[in-house]
Amino acid sequence: MLTILFDGIAYGMLLFVLACGLSVTLGLMNFINLAHGAFAMAGGYCTVILVNRLGVPFALGLPMAFLVTAALGGLLERTLYVHVYGRSDLDQVLFTIGLVFMSVAAVDYVMGSSQQFVLIPQALQGQFIVFGVGMSKYRLLIILICGLLTVALQLMIARTRFGSRLRAAVDDQRVARGLGINVGAVFSITFAFGSGLAGLGGALGAEILGLDPTFPLKYLIYFLIVVTVGGTSSITGPFLASILLGVADVAGKYYVPKLGAFVIYTIMIVVLIWRPQGLFARSAAR
Amino acid sequence: MSTMAPVDGGAAAYLTRRARWSPLEIAFWVFAFATIWLFPTKHLILTETAILALFALSLDLILGYAGIISLGQAAFFGLAGYFSGLVAKYGLINEPVVALFCSGLVAAALGFVTSFLVLRGSDLTRLMVTLGVALILGEIANRYSNITGGADGLQGVTIAPILGVFRFDMFGHTGYAYCLVVLFVCFLIARHIVYSPFGLSLRAVKGNSLRASAVGIPVNRRMVAIYTVSAGLAGVAGGLLTQTTAFCSLDVFSLERSADLLLVLIIGGTGYLYGGLIGAVIYKFLQDWIANLTPQYWQFWIGFVLVVIVLVGRERVEGWTTALRASIVRTGVRLITRPAAVGSAAPDGN
Repeated sequence: MLTILFDGIAYGMLLFVLACGLSVTLGLMNFINLAHGAFAMAGGYCTVILVNRLGVPFALGLPMAFLVTAALGGLLERTLYVHVYGRSDLDQVLFTIGLVFMSVAAVDYVMGSSQQFVLIPQALQGQFIVFGVGMSKYRLLIILICGLLTVALQLMIARTRFGSRLRAAVDDQRVARGLGINVGAVFSITFAFGSGLAGLGGALGAEILGLDPTFPLKYLIYFLIVVTVGGTSSITGPFLASILLGVADVAGKYYVPKLGAFVIYTIMIVVLIWRPQGLFARSAAR
Repeated sequence: MSTMAPVDGGAAAYLTRRARWSPLEIAFWVFAFATIWLFPTKHLILTETAILALFALSLDLILGYAGIISLGQAAFFGLAGYFSGLVAKYGLINEPVVALFCSGLVAAALGFVTSFLVLRGSDLTRLMVTLGVALILGEIANRYSNITGGADGLQGVTIAPILGVFRFDMFGHTGYAYCLVVLFVCFLIARHIVYSPFGLSLRAVKGNSLRASAVGIPVNRRMVAIYTVSAGLAGVAGGLLTQTTAFCSLDVFSLERSADLLLVLIIGGTGYLYGGLIGAVIYKFLQDWIANLTPQYWQFWIGFVLVVIVLVGRERVEGWTTALRASIVRTGVRLITRPAAVGSAAPDGN
């Protein structure tokens, strides 16, 4: 029971790191980025190449996955995404689905279609037994890293100057522009950072979620659930939604294995009908 | 033209004039049916094209005419696909035409129930809800694998001869003719809907739902109605796929299917009935061609086409196709009127 809770929380934390970039881009630019999972996959494969093939230590592989994906995200944002802001929702959906298809086929071409595993150092394998509850070391590490990241993110958004600019831009873009905030630059940085986080999540999660070329399509729905259920106005919403989703998914798969993802899809639809703005969103400002 | 029309003859006359068959449309369908004899070796891919065209037509009704973005049209397609497969497998309804009609009804029923979910919320919410419905159905089909065959697909389906006369053959000749006839009938239904006052009111809703309700159009009821009809047509397409292939697998519910469908409509153009049909033809031959070049990675190029279309600008692409269409119409009309002139001159000679 507690093991399920523990696994669920680890899973949820991972989902949060994967999806929080998406929630910020969606809230900030009203941009539906269905290709977010592609960045997570990029991070995962980056780690596989670095750690497995080049022999870089795992602890160094993670931050490098973050940097590479962030650079990739920043580059794509400046060259491609920037043309699609402000277009209709349908255009954005088509554009990002196109990117997903391209990334899936490209990774298949370069890395092959089989599932990849990241070599995890010996020290992180196995599990602790605390009060009779088995806790895998790796999952504990995930909770630790993701927990620290969440706190850091929260502090960054709440306390720093950049954070206040970001919040201003999310709340009302036009007024923020009027006050002299360079919304475009804020968005670029946030996009790159969010992509980087997704890459880190993909690197960390390769072990738990599995990593193959269909990753962006397989987990797209999870990211979208986190974002729509959590709302896009803050990061606590998506965080709570991720934890809820993680626990519900793990528990659902454990207790009613054949029903599987059915549980979470149903929860999502119910939430969407009940509160279209998201479960934890403030009432719509606009 | 549209501003002039009501002046001479009133609204009813305007509607009948709008709905009149143009020579080019007749030519299109004559050619479509001629393909049965023109390309007998290509019937398998043509069957897929006809099914895709019908499926795209169903999406066009809600996307192009009512402005509802959906990523879950595959839900209706898949449900009806499994339905028609199961009734044929267990011999509940043996007649394919009746079975197809029933699978359309089943899909329409699901469309009616889920339409109330689509009424609320923004485009993103709609995307999520429609996608979620398709995924849930996929999960259910996976869950009850003792009935649906799960990941192996529904096997052992034998389809009885159509109307008890036309047997499905290995080369797909019967299947293609059958699909084409069904497509034509469904097209007639869609055409009738679109050119009716009901269809006009849908356009008004798409243009501005607030104003539409201000002039007395019951927006929600219209949305429910068109969503149900569209689901029914998608269901007929799904039923056709199962009947012509005698097989149904879990990928009928996949996200790729719905996403490809959007691409088909974008290629063909939304908001006019032939968009889905022409888009389906172009898409299928594009896919066939790319798959011949790179069998494994054709998805990359499909994605590439999507990205390029959006970057160039959908309006611009649609502008080109509109211009192309206009020039085809002009040359078509010229070609058709000229022989007509010759024909009318001929009796004088006799």
